Amino acid sequence: MPLTDSLKTLLLRGLLAGLIAGLLAASVGYFVGEPRIDAAIAIEEAAAPAEHGHGEEEATGGHSHGDEAEVSRSGQKAGQFLALGLAGMAFGALFALAINLARRFSTLSGPRLVLTGAVLAWAAIVAVPFFKYPANPPAVGDPDTINDRTWLWVAAVVLGLLAVTAGVAAYRALASQLGTVRLIAGVAAFVLVTTVGYLVLPGVNEVADDFPASLLWEFRVASLAQTATLWASLGLAFAALTEFASRRSTPVAEQVATAG
Amino acid sequence: MAIAHSPSRDTGLDNLATVLVTVGVVLLALLTLYLVGFDQGAVSRSGMFLHELMHDGRHLLGVPCH
Repeated sequence: MPLTDSLKTLLLRGLLAGLIAGLLAASVGYFVGEPRIDAAIAIEEAAAPAEHGHGEEEATGGHSHGDEAEVSRSGQKAGQFLALGLAGMAFGALFALAINLARRFSTLSGPRLVLTGAVLAWAAIVAVPFFKYPANPPAVGDPDTINDRTWLWVAAVVLGLLAVTAGVAAYRALASQLGTVRLIAGVAAFVLVTTVGYLVLPGVNEVADDFPASLLWEFRVASLAQTATLWASLGLAFAALTEFASRRSTPVAEQVATAG
Repeated sequence: MAIAHSPSRDTGLDNLATVLVTVGVVLLALLTLYLVGFDQGAVSRSGMFLHELMHDGRHLLGVPCH
C-alpha cells in the first residue's frame, strides 16, 4: 500500500524516527568512537605542549580539548547524544519531505519506498563524502584550512546527491528493461558521477606522519559504524512506524503487508 | 484513505500551505544541522560553547573540525 498519510504525519514520523536513530547512533559512538577520540586528544596534548595557547585562539576559530576546554570531556560525551539527537531529527524531517516528494513518482509500498530512500540518503550524504574526505579524529587537520575543508566536504555532499539523482534517473529512464538491467544502469550512473566528482575535487591529506595509523583507521571505522547506524535506524524506524500506522487504519493493508 | 494512490493531490507541492511548510521545515532543519556541524561561534551567543558541546558528535559524523 503506497503512502497516503498527510505531510504532517510524515514529518512527525520523521522526527520520531530521527530521534530514535540519533540516540542509537550516539550510543554506538559512545562505546566505539569515544575511546578513539580520547586517545587522539591525548596524543594532541602530548605532542604540542608549546601550542598551549591553542584554546585561547577563539577569534581564529581554534578550540581546546581536555581540561582547559569550555566544555569538559564528559560534557562533550553527553553532548554527543544532544548533537546526534538534533542531527537525527533534522535528517528525519528532511527525509520525510523527500519521501513526500518521492511518493508522487513512485508506486512502491510505503515501507519499501522509505527503506530505499534511507539507503540512497546514506549513499548520498555519508558514503560519497566519506570515501573522498573521511572522518578525522581530533589532532588531525590544520585549523587554518577548516573553512576550505568544510566547503570541500559540503561539495562532496552535493556530489553525493547528484550521483544518487543520476542513478535514480537512469533507473527510471529504462522502465521497459528488466529489473536487473535497470539496477545495473542506475548503479553505473551513480559510480560514473561519483568517479568524475572525485577526480575533480582536490585531495586533502593533513594526517601527521607520526599519527598512529591504527588509531586513524579505528576512528574512521567507528565514524562509519555510527553514520550507518543512524541511517539504518532512521529508515527502519520510519518504515516500521509506517507499517504500524497502516495496519491500524485498514484491515486490507494488513493482508498486503504480510504478502509483501 | 480509500484512494490507494493519489499522485498529485494532498501529497504534492500544489498548495501554498504545503510549500510554506516545506520551506520552513527545510530552513529549520538546516539551521539545526548548522548548529551541530558547522557553528564556529558565529550564531551562538555563547561563544564556542555549542561548538564544543557538539564536538564529539561532529567528529564522528565526519564533518571537518579544526
